[in-house]
Amino acid sequence: MAFDYEKYIRPGKLPHIWCPGCGHGIVMKGMIRAMDTLGLEKNNTAIVSGIGCASRLPGYIDCCTLHTAHGRAAAFATGVKMAKPEMTVILVGGDGDGTAIGGNHFIHACRRNIDMTYIIMNNYIYGMTGGQFSPTTPHMHKASTTPYGNPDPSFDIAKLAIGAGATFVARGTAFHANQIDKLIVEAIQHKGFSVVEILDDCPTTYGRRNKFKSVIEMMNRLKEVAVPVKAAEKMSPEQLQGKVLTGVLYKEDKPEYCSEYQKVIERAGGGAR
Amino acid sequence: MENKLPTIEITERYCKGCHICVEFCPKQVLEMKGFVVSVKNLEACIKCMQCELRCPDFAIKVIP
Ligand SMILES: Cc1ncc(C[n+]2csc(CCOP(=O)(O)OP(=O)(O)O)c2C)c(N)n1
Ligand code: SF4
Ligand code: SF4
Ligand code: SF4
Ligand SMILES: [Mg+2]
Repeated sequence: MAFDYEKYIRPGKLPHIWCPGCGHGIVMKGMIRAMDTLGLEKNNTAIVSGIGCASRLPGYIDCCTLHTAHGRAAAFATGVKMAKPEMTVILVGGDGDGTAIGGNHFIHACRRNIDMTYIIMNNYIYGMTGGQFSPTTPHMHKASTTPYGNPDPSFDIAKLAIGAGATFVARGTAFHANQIDKLIVEAIQHKGFSVVEILDDCPTTYGRRNKFKSVIEMMNRLKEVAVPVKAAEKMSPEQLQGKVLTGVLYKEDKPEYCSEYQKVIERAGGGAR
Repeated sequence: MENKLPTIEITERYCKGCHICVEFCPKQVLEMKGFVVSVKNLEACIKCMQCELRCPDFAIKVIP
């Protein structure tokens, strides 16, 4: 038996809108496999997104979904989780949505350590709106708004998440499809705010401006830059130049927000749940 | 291990012709036929599932 992805897809929703070779579809498949591995119940799982190509993902998934305002997935998802702490809450979105307009929501969700999983598809660009640079566009790479190269240094999303207080941080790539579901499974199982960054490709607005001749070249780049954390331990700083670590980068046990909030309710004389 | 040939199911309506499955198949089992993918050499398939895992469009399934 082949894996039945369509059991988690809303009837009639395929083919999806993403461009040929866009990695968002690979990430969505990884997320579906993770949901299946964990046996997540559709009625007890919420998928929440902001706006962008990546943020279109919840529209395809047959469970409780919220497609909200640009950058605001974390705010809406926090509301869902606070009202229904028993639900599994998964946030999805792009680098622009999560680290530009939504950067503030992102860092505070990390700081609170609320038990949700955030899958961030980092294709280094605002795909949906035609390729404006984002906070992750690499230095001197081109976007529609930086035709001569982007003078800004870029965010390292994983470091940002760790610095802000997320208690599980992992990174994968769209090329390493096999690993995506495993990282998401671990992230969901972790009690606290989990961030899974997937390095992704946008051939349409990023690739063609940055000398990638094809989707295959973009995939090959992801293949070449990724180094598993274990392998990196045996490599010299020179060997690691230009590489990106993949796998589980950080994990820590810390008080979780819904549990802490419950304590406040009880102190204030409210009932236990 | 049994030697039964797998079935490779292609949903042409979903395939966007991105070439990912063709390029990264370790055994050159697949090829592009016009806009969509097709099976060229089923006998060579080692059922590694990489084509199915990497297809962004739910268009290719390997039934081992
Ligand atoms: C308040 C607001 N500002 C701007 C926009 C326009 N807008 C839509 S998507 C987007 C960027 C999306 O980029 P990203 O999150 O990286 O997703 P991608 O499309 O790359 O997957 C922007 C700026 C909007 N929808 N709402
Ligand atoms: S514009 Fe880019 S991010 Fe959006 S669907 Fe196309 S390839 Fe994907
Ligand atoms: S299962 Fe592996 S060997 Fe077979 S067609 Fe797919 S990628 Fe090629
Ligand atoms: S990876 Fe999928 S969409 Fe791309 S050519 Fe192969 S079957 Fe078609
Ligand atoms: Mg983006």
